[in-house]
Amino acid sequence: MRAMVYRGPYKVRVEEKDVPPIEHPNDAIIRVTLAAICGSDLHLYHGMMPDTRVGMTFGHEFIGVVEQVGSSVQNLTRGDRVMVPFNVYCGSCFYCARGLYSNCHNVNPNATAVGGIYGYSHTCGGYDGGQSEYVRVPFADVGPSVIPEWLDEEDALLCTDALATGYFGAQLGDIAEGDTVVVFGAGPVGLFAAKSSWLMGAGRVIVIDHLEYRLEMARAFAHAETYNFAEYDDIVVELKKSTGFLGADVAIDAVGAEADGNFIQHVTSAKFKLQGGSPVALNWAIDTVRKGGTISVMGAYGPVFSAVKFGDAVNKGLTLRMNQCPAKRQWPRLFEHIRAGYLKPSDIVTHRIPLEHIAEGYHIFSAKLDDCIKPLIVPSAR
Amino acid sequence: MPYRAEKPKLAPSSDELRARVPGWGADLDPKDRPAVPRERFDPGASGAHWDFPDRQEEKWPRERSLEHEFLTPVFGTSTPPKGLSGVMRKYSYARYSEGRAAHWLILLAADRVDAIESHLRSFLSLHPDNPVTETGIRSELTHHGISSRIGKKRADLSHLWIDPIIVAGPWVIAGWVVLSALRARGDSRHLISR
Ligand SMILES: NC(=O)c1ccc[n+]([C@@H]2O[C@H](COP(=O)([O-])OP(=O)(O)OC[C@H]3O[C@@H](n4cnc5c(N)ncnc54)[C@H](O)[C@@H]3O)[C@@H](O)[C@H]2O)c1
Ligand SMILES: [Zn+2]
Ligand SMILES: [Zn+2]
Repeated sequence: MRAMVYRGPYKVRVEEKDVPPIEHPNDAIIRVTLAAICGSDLHLYHGMMPDTRVGMTFGHEFIGVVEQVGSSVQNLTRGDRVMVPFNVYCGSCFYCARGLYSNCHNVNPNATAVGGIYGYSHTCGGYDGGQSEYVRVPFADVGPSVIPEWLDEEDALLCTDALATGYFGAQLGDIAEGDTVVVFGAGPVGLFAAKSSWLMGAGRVIVIDHLEYRLEMARAFAHAETYNFAEYDDIVVELKKSTGFLGADVAIDAVGAEADGNFIQHVTSAKFKLQGGSPVALNWAIDTVRKGGTISVMGAYGPVFSAVKFGDAVNKGLTLRMNQCPAKRQWPRLFEHIRAGYLKPSDIVTHRIPLEHIAEGYHIFSAKLDDCIKPLIVPSAR
Repeated sequence: MPYRAEKPKLAPSSDELRARVPGWGADLDPKDRPAVPRERFDPGASGAHWDFPDRQEEKWPRERSLEHEFLTPVFGTSTPPKGLSGVMRKYSYARYSEGRAAHWLILLAADRVDAIESHLRSFLSLHPDNPVTETGIRSELTHHGISSRIGKKRADLSHLWIDPIIVAGPWVIAGWVVLSALRARGDSRHLISR
């Protein structure tokens, strides 16, 4: 089969690999029909996540068709069209029993701090991912769902991570009616978080980024007010002015480890890997919310220390909430919102790239060329 | 206005918002939010029909965190450790817990070593690494590399120059290793023929 393979920082290629075998009675092998590149993949691509091995296939957003099932699988049969949440999880451990699927304790021998994620380094369990023609899906009776007839394939794909995560991020903000919500980052996660904030009853939604074309999408798709932080000497002061010097009630970090806007912070983390992640957006969030406010962190950070302004978070009495998103837990309610027409996730898809050209896809998404917001990967296209 | 008791009135009214934004307030009631409350004890909800999962076969000694009591029943089988980077990785897992910076710093160092080892190994294979195709750099020409940046207020332009150094670094080191190996062989031949 053809599969994307990591070759070292900023380098990927497509290789011929063996179709993965069933390794556990509850495994399924899925033939991938559509995949995507996530902002999280960029942290791997740039060499920031420890134990990212040359030869690994990335990709944790994918949908496909069941090709083969293990002997204990009851809920799926060959030929089913399925969507697979980005989390690998057992469904039965202490955490899964409480709905914390992203924190499963039975699937990641490499680390106890994080659950399992497809194609996301050995730190997240060492599973090959779905930017490929076939992928092994453990716990086939737990993770995957048959795609509802009425649901568009691209919308289903976006439910596997980006949409679910944005929606989850807005929920962790504990938004109350009329609240002012500031979303840092206008990538897929930030756009979906901004859009979801309205569902929770936000009074104002403000999106911050430095890419004008993404801010345009934030205005059109997410009905948000926007600021390009590169146009201001100090974005925090600007946000204070715009909120009557109170600050926002809620801030959502949808940027993560490679945040820009401070040369030293960005370069020491994203380029020289001396910090787990650049905390620029997180620190701005701490400064921007009002005392007693809430910060929801969806941005991903590495396991090493970061220079976070913790003192101010303490002094302001902030609530910090965060997690990897338990994607499938969001689906029933998300399906209702999509059906009602409140959400049309595929509106943010800008690129559909054949698997064979995935190296270009990574570069375009990473360098933010060609007004790229969400690139999909099509394994069958040549 | 935080200097007085009232909250500054900066948002439109809820009625205005409901009219303007599709779905506004659909999840106003926290009971409709699937992530609330954070923990909901319901072991039957996931579809799992086991108390503890069957154990997957361990085909090679699988490295694992010291903070785990035992090897998890299910695990990924991508890219087993190999070469010098593999030795570093196995040592890091065997010696340091996740709480120790050394654990992660050794793993990061192993990643850099892995890239160099893999480039070198690829030169001995039928599928050598190709920095042009693997970086996708050609898309700079086909996907508006210049107009995506020129005249734009983009914060990432200030550190664009660092990327080529990161990309070329392992190649320069790999090339240097190959060259010095060749030179060493040349020297020894020279010695023998003398
Ligand atoms: N918690 C989860 O479950 C989960 C799931 C998916 C993604 N993520 C993480 O969410 C983050 C965003 O993902 P994405 O797919 O939207 O990525 P993305 O790279 O497309 O978007 C990030 C955006 O942040 C902008 N940005 C950079 N610095 C900024 C700053 N200081 N302030 C405001 N904006 C800034 C960038 O220009 C970019 O538009 C990543 O860190 C990703 O790893 C987390
Ligand atoms: Zn993701
Ligand atoms: Zn579990």
